Amino acid sequence: MAECCNTNNSETKKINYYIPFVLIPFAAVIYFFLERGVDYLVYTILQLDKSSHLTEAIRFFLYDTPKVFILLTVIVFVVGVIRSYFSPEKTRKALEGKPLFAGNVMAAGLGILTPFCTCSAIPLFIGFVESGIPLGVTFSFLVAAPMINEVALVLLFGLFGWKTALLYASTGLLIAILSGWVIGRLKVERFVEEWVYEIKAGDFQMAEQKITFTDRIQAGTTAVVDIVSKVWIYIVAGIAIGAAVHGYVPENFMASIMGKDAWWSVPLAVLIGVPLYSNAAGIIPILQALLEKGASLGSALAFMMSVIGLSLPEMIILRKIIKLPLIVIFISVVATGIMIVGFLFNIIY
Amino acid sequence: MKIFILGMGCATCNKLEDTVRQAVKETGIDAQIEHVTDIKKIMAYGVMTTPALIIDEKVVAAGKLPTLADIKKMIGGK
Repeated sequence: MAECCNTNNSETKKINYYIPFVLIPFAAVIYFFLERGVDYLVYTILQLDKSSHLTEAIRFFLYDTPKVFILLTVIVFVVGVIRSYFSPEKTRKALEGKPLFAGNVMAAGLGILTPFCTCSAIPLFIGFVESGIPLGVTFSFLVAAPMINEVALVLLFGLFGWKTALLYASTGLLIAILSGWVIGRLKVERFVEEWVYEIKAGDFQMAEQKITFTDRIQAGTTAVVDIVSKVWIYIVAGIAIGAAVHGYVPENFMASIMGKDAWWSVPLAVLIGVPLYSNAAGIIPILQALLEKGASLGSALAFMMSVIGLSLPEMIILRKIIKLPLIVIFISVVATGIMIVGFLFNIIY
Repeated sequence: MKIFILGMGCATCNKLEDTVRQAVKETGIDAQIEHVTDIKKIMAYGVMTTPALIIDEKVVAAGKLPTLADIKKMIGGK
């Protein structure tokens, strides 16, 4: 998505490749002892009243902030290094000639791992179509790439637990696979602008540059600096909201409109979420507030997925190459998938 | 020397153009710089990620933003 496009190219100091390998175990140790450390600080050193809500809020904030940042830094670093092994060109090669359903599964998986930004959506789309990759497979890629996001994954894991994170990732993947497959079955080729098929793409002439392991470590570090510097404020805000309401009895004023019992809460969440666009980190404070006020997990997740997975700016870009009916089909299919996931969550929990 | 920046007007693409202009100015190399926004022309180079940097009809970078020093090397080494 837009925020993944790195617009910073100032000279960064090259780091030694072994530094992450020293820092990661160190971070793991801090992570492991964090809860005990914070408890010791809050109850023994500061002597705060154990039963008060304020103490709980302070403890929550002091514990969750470093926890989430450690997780975020490590995961973004690892994903950054992994992504240096992937490129849209390689992904295209891998997807060429794959049968429909297997192609959808692969495209969705590669959508998560391939470095991709919305400003490249058009050349990527044309590049895929040019080499004969079916439209349905291309759409699986385009759905998965923004929807499953490492920052969202870390935050869900850190703030709501591993089950929520896992459900988000697996259902997101499923939505990408199935919506691409459905779009493929609908035979929508006629809704692509004619000129797209007439384009004769040249051969990629750039020589494969040798990427050393040190370069990959550098790529991971750059990703950390780039992403953390952009999202830290949202994360602190999210944790602060969480801390402020932590331990207090929820007012449940959201429960009536986004609670489990209101069947229309999921469609409503998606309807509001689709035109909105925010980065994954920005949505977490809102999610935190919604959940604390009694919104159900299904409705809240559906809201998050529709905000980060479908957005107006992306549709405007795609409109240049595909006709309106296909945009409508694309949004409806993905939104339906998100709604099904929302309903499922509401039934399970 | 002919330098093309391929991009459809995203923030990263504009930043690349700025950096290229600065590199050309600082190295004093005689170069024509053009920002190509026509998707058909962009695809003719076979790139799938923008911004891309073309120097004398050769793709030297795609999908990333090279640093000023890197660009100077790319235009200076010719």
